[in-house]
Amino acid sequence: MQPLLKVEGLKKSFGGVAALRDGRFALEAGSVHALCGGNGAGKSTFLSILMGIHKRDGGTILHRGRPVEFNSPAEALASGIAIIEQELSPVPHMTVAENIYLGREPSTRFGGIDFKTMNRNAQALLDRLEFNISATQYMMNLSVAQMQLVEIAKALSHDADVIFMDEPTSAIGEKEAQHLFQAIERLKAEGKGIVYVSHRLSEIFQIADSYTVFRDGGFVGDGKLADIDRPGLIRMIVGRELGEEYIKTNTPTEIAGLEVTGLSASGKIEDISFTAHKGEIFGIYGLMGSGRTEIFNCLFGMDRASAGDIRLDGQPVAIRQPSDAMAEGMAFVTEDRKLTGLNLTDSVRNNICLASLPEMSPAFVMQRRREQASAADMIARFGIKAARDTMPVSGLSGGNQQKVVLGKWFLRDPRVLLLDEPTRGVDVGAKREIYRIICDFAAEGGTVVMISSEIDEILGMSDRILVMRQGRSAGIYSRKDADAQSLVHLST
Amino acid sequence: MSSLENKTSSTWLNADRRRLILQEYGIFLAFLLLVGVLALSNEFFLTPGNISNVLLQTSINGVLAIGMTFVILTRGIDLSVGSVVALAGMVSASFVTSSATAGIAGAPYPMVVALAVGILVGVCCGALVGFIVSRFSVPAFVATLGMLSAARGATLIYGGGRPVPALSAEFRWIGTGNILGIPMPVILLAVVFLVSWWVLTRTRFGRYIYAVGGNPHAAKTSGLNVTRIRFLVYVISGALSGLAGMILSARTGSALPQAGIAYELDAIAAVVIGGTSLSGGVGRVTGTLIGALIIGVMNNGLDLMGIQSYYQQVLKGALIVGAVMLDQKRNQGA
Repeated sequence: MQPLLKVEGLKKSFGGVAALRDGRFALEAGSVHALCGGNGAGKSTFLSILMGIHKRDGGTILHRGRPVEFNSPAEALASGIAIIEQELSPVPHMTVAENIYLGREPSTRFGGIDFKTMNRNAQALLDRLEFNISATQYMMNLSVAQMQLVEIAKALSHDADVIFMDEPTSAIGEKEAQHLFQAIERLKAEGKGIVYVSHRLSEIFQIADSYTVFRDGGFVGDGKLADIDRPGLIRMIVGRELGEEYIKTNTPTEIAGLEVTGLSASGKIEDISFTAHKGEIFGIYGLMGSGRTEIFNCLFGMDRASAGDIRLDGQPVAIRQPSDAMAEGMAFVTEDRKLTGLNLTDSVRNNICLASLPEMSPAFVMQRRREQASAADMIARFGIKAARDTMPVSGLSGGNQQKVVLGKWFLRDPRVLLLDEPTRGVDVGAKREIYRIICDFAAEGGTVVMISSEIDEILGMSDRILVMRQGRSAGIYSRKDADAQSLVHLST
Repeated sequence: MSSLENKTSSTWLNADRRRLILQEYGIFLAFLLLVGVLALSNEFFLTPGNISNVLLQTSINGVLAIGMTFVILTRGIDLSVGSVVALAGMVSASFVTSSATAGIAGAPYPMVVALAVGILVGVCCGALVGFIVSRFSVPAFVATLGMLSAARGATLIYGGGRPVPALSAEFRWIGTGNILGIPMPVILLAVVFLVSWWVLTRTRFGRYIYAVGGNPHAAKTSGLNVTRIRFLVYVISGALSGLAGMILSARTGSALPQAGIAYELDAIAAVVIGGTSLSGGVGRVTGTLIGALIIGVMNNGLDLMGIQSYYQQVLKGALIVGAVMLDQKRNQGA
């Protein structure tokens, strides 16, 4: 059978540097194909060429056996190749139907928009896909997961038969991800080809039929997922044996590091209590919107708690703003490094020093040497790959950006580390390094509280796990009592 | 995706260095080019008298544009500077006038008193705007548009719609005097520039301004008092507007109620030409100074060539848009 999409020898260089040397790919109709690779493997370049954002330097793309070349995403879409991007950009103040038919609204006899037909068509499409979304709702009232479904509907309204999904689950919770997977199954049954790009191996094994691995801009291999196991796939992605994915070298002590009693914030969280010990990695698991991040926001003074006690090393502390929390030795690695973690336009050095300026330069004038030395120290300690410490942090890969955020907080020598999704959007190799950093910190007697929506990660790293459900605690479980099924069960 | 790690270090440095040089000195090269062309086309252009004249004409806009740079670096804008120039100029003038009707009781006071009053008026206007912007999250465009109108009204109320004439010689020295042949306004501009450059590049507060403009959320998470920093930049812009207002009334010898109209536009133009991004976090006060000089030199040069001021305005418009277009292209390339 002729593949739906066949790519061979795709090449692309940026300024003389090869980003993609040999992109090879074959997608069968009615299948889900996982595109795997670390950050810098060439996946993004591959996608951007297929979508017509970049011009290729060489190679062929065959769509249904016909060679194609696109100059813009619109051309790709018109010929039936759609992409659901990692960061969606809907028009928030328009309805679902208006978003789906943006730029090709049906018109009335007088040249106005035929809203009736548009809404009817949109609703019919959504119903056929069983998405359970009203076409007349405003886009801004939808969850991220629902917006993705709208994007899928939009792709199908263009009669797309090849749909790329770039990290579709990075911003949605486990339950919503399962909904998405059901939608993918339906697309598959309709004979569409889905290309699934994700760092999350467990998802790939759950929904994909076949895989292609890229590494360092080149094709490494492909095959059926039924014929490979997880360690085998990891080996192909990183190019070396990783052994255990999760490192665990810390041993919890009996000394309380962070004690939280009865923490509440109206409408967000209610009566959360837990004690994280020194040397412990305390995990918090829950769906998006279950109040995970809100706990950290209250602890760090970003939000005001309406009730509750916080004790550090046994001493009660009052935290009204982030600088209070920082003075008590707390550090907060936020969920979204681009939104709340980094100043992307600024340099690596300045980002590392951002949270330590008063300490580093007690007088009004900055002490440049000290900043330089501290930044160099963190870059070496975490192996941050940057050409110079004065280069903008936006030029780094996701994993290195995340290490800059970690460096910013480790520079303060914290006692308690609050980590919110510390490995989101980070490739397998960098993930391991981040796990090592976290473990080393705990092993030296630090207290770690880590939020993650990746079940493997939370089970692999935590000593104990607090499960959140609808703003309340659904219990605390020790490492040996918890498994994936029970966590999903408790959190939903 | 980062293709960076794969790059060989030699090609990297070259491309990188080329881009850096363009970014650092591009605006300066453009300025030199402009000066060169004007010097060749008109023999009067490079005479000491004319240079001094250009600098004098640039000084007020330069002071305003430097204050504007602080604001724009935090993603804000200050449309009120022109009105604050008029208000501060008029209130301070009423302290040093010898006119019995326009002055306040006991005038003329010493120049220092008027200086303090003028700066204070600017600080108050800036503080009010800063308070509204930082505490109530009112967009800076709206808050300063309000102040643009209110401060102009306050000027008219304070002076009864009439100018304040006959300012003391001591006060007029700020605008007309000189030290070692350098006009006072130029000296004031130089001082303002050096202090601002030092604050923005060498102090913690300067770093905070860039951080707040670059990513306010990250700045807040890192423990910075974003509200206070936002407040302070408007105070700085207000204070510098006050200073500019006094230079203006000292130069003209009387404070006019219609002084400073549309000055905010020239100030914003200088900042933008100087390469500061309106989306915050990127820009330098050196660029702003050169931006102000480019505007000043261009006006002067076109005057010397005998080109009508109507055409000058069209050219200035083209220059503003062209500078930003080049800037965008430069940032995308490389």
